[in-house]
Amino acid sequence: MDMITIPAVNMTPILPEIFLSVLAMALLLINVFIPSGQKSYLGYISFVGVVAAGVLVGAGWGAPVESFSGSVVQDNFATFFKIIFLLSAGLAILISDQYMEREGCNHGELYPLILFTVVGMMLMAAGTDLMTIFLGLEVMSVALYVLAGFNRANLKSNEAGLKYFLLGSFSTGFLLYGMALTYGATGTTRIAKIAAIVGQMTVPSANIMLVAGMLLMLTGFAFKVAAAPFHMWTPDVYEGAPTPMTAFMSAGPKAAGFAALLRIFLVALPTLQVEWSQLLWVLAVLTMTVGNITALRQDNIKRMLAYSSIAHAGYALVGFAAGNGTGAAGILFYMLSYTFMNIGAFAVIILIGKKGEANGTVMDFAGLGFKQPALAVAMSVFLFSLAGIPPTAGFIGKFYLFSSAVQKGYIWLAVIGVLNSAASVYYYLRVMVYMYMKEPTEDFEWTRITPPIALSLLISVAGTLIPGIVPSVILQFAEQAVKLI
Amino acid sequence: MFDNVWLIPLFPFIGFLINGLLGKKIKNETVIGGIGALAVLCSFLVSCKTILALLSLPGEERVANVKVFTWITSGSFNADIAFLIDPLSCVMIMIVTGVGFLIHVYSIGYMHGEEGFYRFFSYLNLFMFSMLLLVLGNNLLLMFVGWEGVGLCSYLLIGYYFHKKSAGDAGKKAFVMNRVGDFGFLLGTFTLYWYMGQAHNVWTIKFTDLAANSHLLPTGGIVTAITLCFFLGATGKSAQIPLYTWLPDAMEGPTPVSALIHAATMVTAGVYMIGRMNYLFIRSPETLMVVAVVGGCTALFAATIGTAQNDIKRVLAYSTVSQLGYMFLAMGTGAFAAGIFHLMTHAFFKACLFLGSGAVIHSMHHALHHVHSHDDAQDMRNMGGLRSKMPLTFLTFLLATIAIAGIPGFSGFFSKDEILWQAFSNPHHGDLNYLLWGMGALAAGLTAFYMFRLVFMTFFGECRITPKAKDHLHESPMVIVIPLIVLAALSVVGGYIGLPKVIGELFGGIPNYFEHYLEPVFKYSEEYMAQHAAHAAEHSATLEWGLMGLSVLVALVGITIAFTMYVKNTELPKRFVATFPALHRAVYNKWYIDELYDYLFVNPCKALGRFLWKGFDVVVVDGVVNGVANVVMAFSGVFRYMQSGYIYNYAWSMAFGVVVILGYYVFK
Repeated sequence: MDMITIPAVNMTPILPEIFLSVLAMALLLINVFIPSGQKSYLGYISFVGVVAAGVLVGAGWGAPVESFSGSVVQDNFATFFKIIFLLSAGLAILISDQYMEREGCNHGELYPLILFTVVGMMLMAAGTDLMTIFLGLEVMSVALYVLAGFNRANLKSNEAGLKYFLLGSFSTGFLLYGMALTYGATGTTRIAKIAAIVGQMTVPSANIMLVAGMLLMLTGFAFKVAAAPFHMWTPDVYEGAPTPMTAFMSAGPKAAGFAALLRIFLVALPTLQVEWSQLLWVLAVLTMTVGNITALRQDNIKRMLAYSSIAHAGYALVGFAAGNGTGAAGILFYMLSYTFMNIGAFAVIILIGKKGEANGTVMDFAGLGFKQPALAVAMSVFLFSLAGIPPTAGFIGKFYLFSSAVQKGYIWLAVIGVLNSAASVYYYLRVMVYMYMKEPTEDFEWTRITPPIALSLLISVAGTLIPGIVPSVILQFAEQAVKLI
Repeated sequence: MFDNVWLIPLFPFIGFLINGLLGKKIKNETVIGGIGALAVLCSFLVSCKTILALLSLPGEERVANVKVFTWITSGSFNADIAFLIDPLSCVMIMIVTGVGFLIHVYSIGYMHGEEGFYRFFSYLNLFMFSMLLLVLGNNLLLMFVGWEGVGLCSYLLIGYYFHKKSAGDAGKKAFVMNRVGDFGFLLGTFTLYWYMGQAHNVWTIKFTDLAANSHLLPTGGIVTAITLCFFLGATGKSAQIPLYTWLPDAMEGPTPVSALIHAATMVTAGVYMIGRMNYLFIRSPETLMVVAVVGGCTALFAATIGTAQNDIKRVLAYSTVSQLGYMFLAMGTGAFAAGIFHLMTHAFFKACLFLGSGAVIHSMHHALHHVHSHDDAQDMRNMGGLRSKMPLTFLTFLLATIAIAGIPGFSGFFSKDEILWQAFSNPHHGDLNYLLWGMGALAAGLTAFYMFRLVFMTFFGECRITPKAKDHLHESPMVIVIPLIVLAALSVVGGYIGLPKVIGELFGGIPNYFEHYLEPVFKYSEEYMAQHAAHAAEHSATLEWGLMGLSVLVALVGITIAFTMYVKNTELPKRFVATFPALHRAVYNKWYIDELYDYLFVNPCKALGRFLWKGFDVVVVDGVVNGVANVVMAFSGVFRYMQSGYIYNYAWSMAFGVVVILGYYVFK
């Protein structure tokens, strides 16, 4: 009879995940005792928790540890992404309570759900086994479905949650089937082992089961990062979800999707690069173009930023298609910058908005430059960065991604990318035009800026400008992070 | 020895921060304007120190990279925040800070009492910062940062009077056209970087490295592609055919802005960029030809439009487009030094002209305002006889006009004549040279005509506003007049540092100092020409004298016609219009180019957008949401919408995508 041996488990790599899970569960319990008007305290506690988790994660920089017999790892790649997730969660928490109070849905469950999402994302980045990655993805997704529909009283939010759930499940089916096929072709779910086995195949691209598995996994993740033609859910869900959650969804989970994609494709399937890089070329072009062109005519600002977020996924895919070190580092850099600029922009949208998701159009920004100059300057910084105008992080990131394509010889991909980014300026600029060149349509009171939102704006502005002016600080980390894969 | 160079862009940036952040609280116009002007003055002084230090070095050592800090470094890609000091960048910083300072001083008087005075000065300082980055940046990326920055400031300043719809529209037009150009710039950068890396393992975007490795570049081929991309960038920024239409509209901005950004500095960035990368352009005969032809055509074409405009600033705007055409003509004939020389003299006299027109408009506006007249203060048909009312403005304006008309002894003559001679005698374009020279000479005649038409209509004859209003016309305050005087003086004497060879020889062998000074910058092109190209046919000095005489004659004819039509016999223009109504209408309406662009590009784009929006977005995407909302409203049940099937549309699209992707790989 076989002895069941319990392996010595090193918990270090998942310490932050454990910490956040325990905190989230504790908050759920504490929630019962907090009166409904004071749920913000849960937010403050979770923010502190996120910062603490950040310290834990950061401590692991440069100290690679493997655990659970190689299915979870603590390496610089995971650490970099975990920091992005924690940043997006931290900023999302900061911008939540004012909005949630206004919309009358500041329920205590919000914060634990955000933390669970983060735990899922962190597992996705740290997973070195298809199963771990899938587990992380599901933990993340289930919590996200609820967050999208969190504003129970709002029909659109309900619709968002439900749509996201149904379509998300559909896409997960593809992903799981892809993983199963990959397992069938290689006999393992460990990423390192898949790499070894595929590396020994004489012509891996002739193995149809493997190729099909790879493609299905790609489509599954393409859904999560909102790449065309799997992007259709994005505008509806982003528009309907509570604004802070839209901000969160557009930053963290998108980055998580890229983390898993990079890990699987660059580590496990580099031998198939010719195959997937062709496909990504097409996906990148499609995603950028669909996102930007449709964004041109949007009046609803959340919807506009939803299409813009599709376009940004497209830019990141350019670096992925290049598939080289520069491209991968570019994606890391871009995801980090995008977290700051996008959540920052959403923070401003929250401040402009009124109860019941009113005031959500570009026209409502009219005259902001005169009424709230500081807020308008912050918004301009975010818009410049989104449009890729120097000296912002968005410019450096795009330049980096496109030059990775150039290095690879994909000149046309870079051309289409630059053209797209030139077109995108138009709709970002439109907001600026309203802010600085139009009189306010009506005289209404501007929402008061509470300290948490002010803090999030400050962090976002700094995070958008500093990497734009001294990008080496971040790039150096990004490059170390992708060295391992 | 150039350690302090980083101060040059820093001062205006500090000025921008102070005025931008605190200006609203400072309120005092003198302090705000003083800070703005002082910042630029400090930059100017450091620039003087820099150019003196540069001149103290022997010619071949006059190049230095001053690194401030490492900006981006990753693998093979490297870009620093670093400044390139060489004769070309030094001449540019002198122009930018020198003319810039004068215009800042002028603005203190001109913008007096305007709402958002501090906003104006902070933008203006931000512009100076970006422009200095552009000319000092030692690599393509940093140059691009400046390139984008000046575009942005230009946009902000054109739209300064944002309550006027036309101003906002003009700003947007400028921005969009510039974006088309920027696209070319970035593309050129990428392609150059990729080609040099791929083919020669030189991964760099640093100008000095590119220049030193320029011998690796082939003639034509990929270099043509790269240079055409860069030239597209230049046409956007420097308002050349086909991207010139934004510049006349940009006159919606305050006049000092027109002088600084849309005449003296920013619009010359394209010329500077070609000069900076001369070793690339010289290697592509095709691009050189495109540059020369576009330049020549723009010079002539814009000059024709200038002859029929009545808005004083619009005449000057078309004149700027036309003069920029001359600069590109020079660049396209490989006469880089001549192009930069004209850039400099043009900065002097065009800044003077714009500022002078600003003084006139200011005075007119004031006078018309006094009698509550709503006549257009910028329309020359309302002016006339201002000579006696504004003598100093008139005198400076006249000197600058003589300079631009190319009358011997004034700066414009030397630079323009050098360009015309190079167009005629350069070794690049064969028989095309005669056409290029012809276009340039004809444009010179038209320039003399429309400029003197402007002078005669504005300053001579009878004043055409009511006598009551006329009494309120007055000379501008000193803060406005002094910059005019300085610029007028420079317009007169500025040309003597670059005497044409034949004239220099006449006076005992005075060399062309300016060309000599710029030699180190263009030495790689010289080397290339020495090795590859056929030598220029020898032309006799007599021919040069003859052509020079001819161009002067053309200018004099232009002036005479203007004098006849607008002073002696003022009925003539009306008769002319009556005789050739169609021609006049076409010229007056700028050859209908704006309408053509609307028809060709703007309307189709709008239609496409509408289609994507109405056809795709509204019906397919919005329709779903609205459909859902409507259904929900109508039946007030969440249940029904869950079964509405819309989600399955999305699911189908996903499934379709999967099938296509799988199918492609399985059956390929």
